[in-house]
Amino acid sequence: MTPEFMDTYFWPLLFILGHIGAIIGCILLVMAYYTYAERKVLGAMQRRQGPMTVGPFGLLQPIADGIKLLSKETIIPSQASKVVFLIAPMLTFALALVAWAVIPIDAGLALADINVGILYLFAISSMGVYGIIMAGWASNSKYAFLGSMRSASQMVSYEVSMGLVIVTVLLCVGSLNLSDIITAYRPWWMQVLLLPMLFVFLISILAECNRAPFDLPEGESEITGGFMVEYSAMTFALFFLGEYTNMILMSAMTTVLFLGGWLPPFNIEALDFVPGFMWFVLKTFGVMFFFLWARATFPRYRYDQLMRLGWKIFLPFTLIWVLVVSGTLIYMDALPGQLE
Amino acid sequence: MASTEFLAQYLPILIFIAIASVVAGAAVFLSLVVAKQKPDPEKLSAYECGFDAFDDARHKFDVRFYLVAILFIIFDLEVAFLFPWAVTLGKIGMFGFWSMVCFLGVLTVGFIYEWKKGALDWE
Repeated sequence: MTPEFMDTYFWPLLFILGHIGAIIGCILLVMAYYTYAERKVLGAMQRRQGPMTVGPFGLLQPIADGIKLLSKETIIPSQASKVVFLIAPMLTFALALVAWAVIPIDAGLALADINVGILYLFAISSMGVYGIIMAGWASNSKYAFLGSMRSASQMVSYEVSMGLVIVTVLLCVGSLNLSDIITAYRPWWMQVLLLPMLFVFLISILAECNRAPFDLPEGESEITGGFMVEYSAMTFALFFLGEYTNMILMSAMTTVLFLGGWLPPFNIEALDFVPGFMWFVLKTFGVMFFFLWARATFPRYRYDQLMRLGWKIFLPFTLIWVLVVSGTLIYMDALPGQLE
Repeated sequence: MASTEFLAQYLPILIFIAIASVVAGAAVFLSLVVAKQKPDPEKLSAYECGFDAFDDARHKFDVRFYLVAILFIIFDLEVAFLFPWAVTLGKIGMFGFWSMVCFLGVLTVGFIYEWKKGALDWE
C-alpha cells in the first residue's frame, strides 16, 4: 500500500465508516431511551411512576426489553410468503436509519451534505410504505392485511400535505440543501407566514408515523395490532425500532425546516457559547416530547375523520397557502434570488 | 472530474445503505440463532382470534383504498413539479408564477370534481 493510496482512499473511507457508526450508535441509544422516556412521560401524565424495577429508576428497562426480544422465538406463519415476510421489517428499519445520512446536526456536520437533501429525505420517508405493504401482504392474515391497507393509505394521504408544507418552506429559502434551509435569512413576517404550516406539519408527522391520535393502523381494539400482528421477536423489534427512529427523524426534520436547526433560538448572540449541536438536540427533543404529549392527551380518531382531515382540510389549506406564500414573497420582492 | 466529485457526495449514503441493511439482517439472523425455535402447526397458523383461519386473507378489499392511491399519485406528482418551481421562483418571475397558478387551477377543478363525486368520503 502506497501512502498515496492511503491518503486518497483508506483514511476518507475509514472516516466515513466511523461517522456512520457514530450515527447508528447515537440513534439506537436515543431510540432506546425514547421508549423509556415515553413510558415515564405517559406514567407521569397519568400520575403513575412508569418503569421502576430494572436498575435505578428503571433506567436499564430498554436494555432488558432488547434482550427479551432477542431471545424470543421468531414465528414465521406457515401460510406466509417467507422471504417477503422477513425482508419487510429489515426494510423498514434500514430505511429509517438511512435517512439520517443527510441530517446536519451542526454546521457542516452531516455525513453527506448533498444539494438535494430535502428531496432525499422526502423520498426515503415515502419508501417506508413499502415495508408496511410488504408486511401486510406477506403475513397472509386478515388483520395484518387490513392494517397494512389502512396504514398505507393513511401515510400516503398525509404525505401530500407534508410535501406541500415543504414547498412553502422551499419558497422562502430557495434551496434544497438542508444546511442552506437552516441558515437562510428569514425575516419575522416570513416566520409568521410559515407558522400555520408548522402546525400542519406537526399534525401530519403524527399521522405519518402512525402515532396517537392517528394510531389506527395498530388500533388494538379493532385490528389487534395491524400489520404487525404476525410478527414476533426481532422481526417485531425491527418494526418497533423503525417506528421510533422515524419519530426521531421527523422531529429532526421539523427542527431543520421550521425551528432553525443548530442556530440558537431567535438568533440571540448571548447564547452563542452553547455548541450548535446542543441546540439541534434540544429542539429535536422538544418535538419528540410533543409526540408523547399528544399520545397522552388525545383519544384516537375514527378512520373517516382521519381521511377527512387529510384530504378535505389539510390538502386544500396547504395548496392555498403555497399560493399565499409565493404571492406574498413576490409582492414583498423577497424571493431568495432577489433578496441579496 | 467535477462529475466524480459530485458522485463522491453520494458515496457515504451508498455505504450507509449497505451497513444499515447488514445491521438489520444481522439482528434477525442473530435472534434466529440465539433463541430456541420450537415450531408447532397451531403456533404457525394465521392469527384469527382463536379460530382456524377461514380462507386465504388475500381477498377483495374496499375500492376506496385504490382511489386514495390514485389520488396520491396525482398530488404527489404535483408536489414533485412544485419543488423545482419553488426553488427557482426568484429567477423565473411572474411568467413562472402564473403558469403554475394555471396548472394548480386545472388540478383544483379535478379535485373539486372528485370531492363532489364523493371519492373522499368514508361514510
